[in-house]
Amino acid sequence: MLIPCPYCGPRDVSEFTYQGDAGRVRPDPASTDQAAWNAYVYDRTNPAGDHHEYWQHSGGCRSHLKVTRNTLSHRILDVAFARPSTAHASSRRQGPRP
Amino acid sequence: MVEMLSPLQPVWRPGSHGNFADGVGVVLSETQPGSIVQAAAWPGSERAVIAAIKTATGLSLPDGAGGGVATEAKAAFGFAPGRFLIVADDEGLADTLVQAIPISDGTVTDLSHGRTAIRIAGVKAEWVLQKFFAVDFSLPALPVGSGISTNHHDIFAQIQRTGPDRFDLYVFRSFARSFWKMLCHGCDEVGYEVR
Repeated sequence: MLIPCPYCGPRDVSEFTYQGDAGRVRPDPASTDQAAWNAYVYDRTNPAGDHHEYWQHSGGCRSHLKVTRNTLSHRILDVAFARPSTAHASSRRQGPRP
Repeated sequence: MVEMLSPLQPVWRPGSHGNFADGVGVVLSETQPGSIVQAAAWPGSERAVIAAIKTATGLSLPDGAGGGVATEAKAAFGFAPGRFLIVADDEGLADTLVQAIPISDGTVTDLSHGRTAIRIAGVKAEWVLQKFFAVDFSLPALPVGSGISTNHHDIFAQIQRTGPDRFDLYVFRSFARSFWKMLCHGCDEVGYEVR
């Protein structure tokens, strides 16, 4: 599986570290709602299809990425910096990519 | 200037090796730059750090991921968003960059003693590197001057293309000897010269 890192270009999945479901919404830290925290920590939808997830390019530029991956085909549909402010001009890949 | 010690010294065997009967495919060398420095910009200060690098070194970094420039005495390239590796033959570059980059714009880390710089040059350089790294080393994907960060067996490496057939590799000093031996094995089939 290749993940097209926005900075480095397409790289083998072995360079990346999976960091979990990107669709979770953290409860208010002041909240004492145990059901909400339990759902945040443990509940996953485990979709058979498109899935938003965080990856880190740990074996490359070390950027944290938000990836949309199809869990059935492993096709990568979208990749972006997890923190959009990272996308300065010096971080955008220029020129032709094969 | 203190004499520089190489971690490759115990396995350093100058001369031609491997399958060189029909000529050597690559030349391997250790460049031993006096300064290897990392500059990291805070988000939003990338342009200021690029300008400071130009002021301190005269190297004008192009915009774009991995953009870089290399001369015979100095080189610089981006290896991650807002982070740059700057290399010079002369010592003391870290001090110069600390003066040029205020802490409000970014940080400077002197890696001169932490990295070993290995140069691989020759018509088979791309071929050999392709055996080690799952990265496209073709000229359109990695133009002269530009750099990348990648890894080999979980060991981090930064690579800059400093010529059409020439690459400079920066690897952890503590792993440099192991990497060098592996590189030599990888070069066996094309014939290599250590110079």
